[in-house]
Amino acid sequence: MIEVHNVQKSFDGNQVLRGINCTFETGKCNLLLGGSGTGKSVLLQCIVGLMKPDIGSITFDGTVFTNNKVDIKQEIRRKIGMLFQGSALFDSMTVAENVEFPLKMLMTEMSREERLDRVEFCLKRVGLENAGTKMPSEISGGMKKRVGIARAIAPNCTYLFCDEPNSGLDPLTSIKIDELIHEITHEYGITTVVVTHDMNSVIEIGDHIIFLYKGQKLWDGNKDEILNAKVPELKEFIFSSSLVRAAKKVDDETHGGLAAATTDEAINI
Amino acid sequence: MVKSFGEFLLFIQSMLFRKERFSVLWNRTVDECIIIGVNSIFIVAIVSAFIGAVTCVQIAYNLTNPLIPKSTIGYMVREMTILELAPTITSIVLAGKVGSSIAGGLGTMRITEQVSALEVMGINSASYLVLPRIVAAMLMFPLLVILAMSLSIIGGYLAGSLTGALSAQEYVEGIRTDFIPYNIVFALIKSVVFAFLVSAIAAFKGFFTSGGALEVGAASTDAVNNSIIAILVADFALAAILL
Ligand SMILES: Nc1ncnc2c1ncn2[C@@H]1O[C@H](COP(=O)(O)OP(=O)(O)OP(=O)(O)O)[C@@H](O)[C@H]1O
Ligand SMILES: [Mg+2]
Repeated sequence: MIEVHNVQKSFDGNQVLRGINCTFETGKCNLLLGGSGTGKSVLLQCIVGLMKPDIGSITFDGTVFTNNKVDIKQEIRRKIGMLFQGSALFDSMTVAENVEFPLKMLMTEMSREERLDRVEFCLKRVGLENAGTKMPSEISGGMKKRVGIARAIAPNCTYLFCDEPNSGLDPLTSIKIDELIHEITHEYGITTVVVTHDMNSVIEIGDHIIFLYKGQKLWDGNKDEILNAKVPELKEFIFSSSLVRAAKKVDDETHGGLAAATTDEAINI
Repeated sequence: MVKSFGEFLLFIQSMLFRKERFSVLWNRTVDECIIIGVNSIFIVAIVSAFIGAVTCVQIAYNLTNPLIPKSTIGYMVREMTILELAPTITSIVLAGKVGSSIAGGLGTMRITEQVSALEVMGINSASYLVLPRIVAAMLMFPLLVILAMSLSIIGGYLAGSLTGALSAQEYVEGIRTDFIPYNIVFALIKSVVFAFLVSAIAAFKGFFTSGGALEVGAASTDAVNNSIIAILVADFALAAILL
C-alpha cells in the first residue's frame, strides 16, 4: 500500500498539487484520473522520487520514502517498476538487453543464466517471445509499451507505475495493454498505479480510482461507483465521452452493475 | 554565467558522489572509448596530415633568406605541430565530433525519459552515463593527439619532398634539431585537460536538456561553441603556467 500525505508542489509560484491525500491499495489497479494539466504526471513523479514534493510525504508499506536516508530510498526504488509515457526504452540496446538491464544493475546476485531465463519469462509474459533481438527503433508503439512493462516487472517489482500506458495506441491495442497490466497486478499481487484520462481504461481495469482536478483529489471509489458519482467536475469529465453516455444508458436500462456494460456492448449500440 | 558554472560544479560532484559498481562503469568506459577514440581516428588523421603539409609549405614560402638553413623548416613544423597544432586543433575537431555526439546522445536520452528510467531504477544516471564518457575522452584524446603529432610530421615530410621545398635529409635534420621531450609531455597534459573540458561541458549541456528535438539540437550547438572557447582559454592558461 502506498500512502500519499498532503503532497504539495509548485513551480515558480504556480501551484500544481494542492495538498493531495490518497492511498493506493495493494493487489489492485489504482487509477489516477484527471484532465490534461491537472498534475497527474507531477504527482506520479513525486511518488517515484523523480521530483521532490514541497510539503508532504509518501509512504511505501509503512516506510517513509520522502526525505529518508539514501539507502532506505534505494531499497524502495529497487521495488519500483515504471512504464513511461513514451516507453523510454534504451535505444542503444536490444529488446532483450533492455529487459535484462535492471537485473544486471540491481540483482547482482543473479547468474547470467538466471537473468536470461527471467528475460525470456518476462518477454513471454507480455507476448513478445520472438522480439528479443530487435532494436527498439524496429518495433511498434504497442510493442514498445509491452517491452516497457516487461522491463518494469523483470526485477520482481512490488510497485508498478504506468504513465498513460495507452496514449498513442489504437483502441484495441490499448485495451490489450490495459488487460496485461490488470492481469499482472492480480497475478503477482502488486500495487499498480496507472495515470490515465481514458474512460475505457477506467471501465476496464479501475479497481480503485482517484479523480484529480486542478491539483486536488475530488473523488475516489471503484469503477462500479464512478458512473453514479455526484461530483459535478467528475460527471463533466466522464460524460464528455459519448461512449460512456451510451454505456451508462445500457447500465440504467438493464439495472445491472457497470460490469454488465462493458465497452463491447457500448460499441454495439 | 557564474550560476551555470556553479551548476556545472554540482553536476561534476553528483557524478562522483554515488558511484555505480566499478565493473559496470569499466564496461561502459570501454564502449565509450570505441565510440570516442576509434571512430575519430579517420578524421583526426586527415586533419593532422594536411595541417603538417600546409605548415611545411607555408613556412617554406616565408623563409626566403638564404642565410637560414632549409632544415629550419623541418624544425619549425615539429615545434608548431607538437606544441600547438596537434593538441589544440585535434581537440577542436573532437569538440565538434565528440562534443556534439555526447550532448546530442544525452539530450535525446533526457527528453525521451531514458534518464528518468535510470533514476527510477535507483541508478545514479550522472555517474552511469557521464563518468564513462569523460574518462574515455581523457584516455582517448592523448592517444589521438600522439597520432596527430606523428601524422602531421609525416605530412610535412611528404609535402616538403613532393613540392621540392626542401630535401628529405634537410627535413629530417630539422626534425632532430634541439628536441625538447618536455614539449610532448606538455602537449599530452593539454590534451587531457581539453578532453575533460569537451566531454564535461558537452555532457552538462546534454544532460540538462529540456523540451524536444529542437532543444537537443541547440544543446549540441551550445556544447560545441562552449567547449571550443574553453579549449582556447585553457590553451592560453596552460601555456602561461607550464611553459
Ligand atoms: N518541470 C516542470 N516545471 C514547471 N512546470 C511544470 C513542470 N512539470 C509540470 N509542470 C506544470 O504542472 C502542470 C501539471 O502538469 P502534468 O504534467 O502533471 O499534467 P498531467 O495531469 O500529467 O497532464 P497530461 O494528461 O496532459 O499529461 C502543468 O500546468 C505543467 O505546466
Ligand atoms: Mg502527464
